[in-house]
Amino acid sequence: MLSYALRRLIIGVLVMFVVSGITFTLTNAAIDPARAIAGEGATSDDVEAIRKSYGFDRPLAARYVAWLGQALQGDLGSSYRQRRPVVDVIMERLPVTLKLGGLALAFALVLSIPLAIAAALRPNSWIDRIALLFALFGQAMPTFWFALLGIVVFSVNLRWLPASGSGTTAHFILPAIALGYYAAPTLMRLMRAGMIDVLASDYIRTARAKGLSEARVVLKHALRNAVLPVVSVAAVQFGFMLGGSVVIETIFAMQGVGYLAWESISLSDLPVTQAIVLMISLIYIVLTLSADLLNAWLDPRIRIG
Amino acid sequence: MTATITGPTDAVAARRWRLPAALRHGSLVIGGTILLLIVAAALFAPLITWHDPYAQNIVARRVPPIWYGWFWDHPKATWTHPLGTDKLGRDYWTRLVYGARISLLIGTATTIMSGLIGTTLGMAAGYFGRKVDLVVSFLVTTRLAMPVVLVALAVVAKQGSSLVVVILVLGSLLWDRFAVVMRSVTQQARSRDYVTAAQALGCSTPRILIGEILPNVANPLIVIATVEMANAILFEAALSFLGLGVQPPLPSWGLMLAEAKEDIFFSPWMITIPGLGLFALILAINLVGDGLRDASVSRGRA
Repeated sequence: MLSYALRRLIIGVLVMFVVSGITFTLTNAAIDPARAIAGEGATSDDVEAIRKSYGFDRPLAARYVAWLGQALQGDLGSSYRQRRPVVDVIMERLPVTLKLGGLALAFALVLSIPLAIAAALRPNSWIDRIALLFALFGQAMPTFWFALLGIVVFSVNLRWLPASGSGTTAHFILPAIALGYYAAPTLMRLMRAGMIDVLASDYIRTARAKGLSEARVVLKHALRNAVLPVVSVAAVQFGFMLGGSVVIETIFAMQGVGYLAWESISLSDLPVTQAIVLMISLIYIVLTLSADLLNAWLDPRIRIG
Repeated sequence: MTATITGPTDAVAARRWRLPAALRHGSLVIGGTILLLIVAAALFAPLITWHDPYAQNIVARRVPPIWYGWFWDHPKATWTHPLGTDKLGRDYWTRLVYGARISLLIGTATTIMSGLIGTTLGMAAGYFGRKVDLVVSFLVTTRLAMPVVLVALAVVAKQGSSLVVVILVLGSLLWDRFAVVMRSVTQQARSRDYVTAAQALGCSTPRILIGEILPNVANPLIVIATVEMANAILFEAALSFLGLGVQPPLPSWGLMLAEAKEDIFFSPWMITIPGLGLFALILAINLVGDGLRDASVSRGRA
């Protein structure tokens, strides 16, 4: 187990290095930091002067090493626009995004797990068909369109929910549903397939033969085993949601990291853009790593094979 | 509850989430029909529209669609603009039809590019194994750790965000699923008799990969291609919606949604129509993919 964990950890760290290198190269190729600092009306002489004084004329590799050295010490530079440390800027916005992601994941699980269990208990019944329709629609619905329709119905027509901002919990309902519905079909398919497999297994037959009630068989014996792969995929989905929150936060003008990312990209705020990409990658890597380790701990076949 | 106690073979059959028996081939038929209609509309766009998608008309701005005339006697809603006009007076039906061209073009081109990258990597990993496999697995993990929307946004932001740039960026990002699936099916195919026979005959490795293995893994390849095509279309729409994808005045559906966003209070149909186009196209592609997968699964079992 220890050697497996160590191997996965080393791969995770390596991936992080490669991702940081690619991110640094891509963002530097896409955004000219000197021009971004100089602002709109600057002459080309000004831009050159800034390029020299900030050291942007040095080779990319040298700048990467310097940036990486600082990043490893927790210093991700300063925002060009806000003139504050990037870490502060992001930390201020992170709670909104985490709350949005958490609520979205909760909605996805609450929608998909009961539906998937009901569907798995009676494959090809009407409830199974409804679940399938839910999944088909969720996959085909563009998140941002679903969000806009939500605004039309619940904010414009019914006036139940606010259309923009992130001040109160009510502000999170529409965005969380839009983001969560996108993740639900994957979880639903996985849960349904796992549940059908488990229900056909010998130990469920034994549990039934012992005369346990159907509710007890399903909820206590079957669910426990079928839900494991769903948990690890849900962790990965949470990572994807942080990326997907860019679109949703922009639509609802929520003061989260996703909106910050969009702002920093359109304002050429290089350090903030880099830091957000890195942070989302790091969260994804940590989540997948924990999910893999959890699975390996629960299922010895993985760590040996 | 004896009915739910099923044997293992029934479980295998029930495990795949299939459409009802009557609809099983229907999934292909329904999806295929919608897809064909959209493709035909895109191809013959000039024949089924009677406006220029870029022509602005100041006196006919924000004309509502025809059903506003039917149900609410709206005087402006006529067959001149069956789906109304946008805030610049451009005909919405015409832009919707021409928008299908952009979605289909981006979907196809991106899928071809990402398919080539992913299939090459996946087949190499599955066939050669060992170090090649390790390297490819590492590449896939790295790719998955990078948030697609953010990376695409950052790159597209300064590259002038044309159609070609969007295709290149998405094509170089969306190959992960191709690689993962092609790796596992190639691994299975590698130990089959026909491959061993080809190796014994002294066939070259490229010949075995392209001539022997590829035709036998074509089914999963096509299924993945449908998934990724749908994905690429959604990503393009999202990028364009954020203003960093296809640029105006091109009639991309994502861009139409972005332009209609400010009219959400008084003309909600403006965001409904392009969104329905996207929804129908993605649903059709997914249904075709599901149908093809079901078809290949049942044939494999027979």
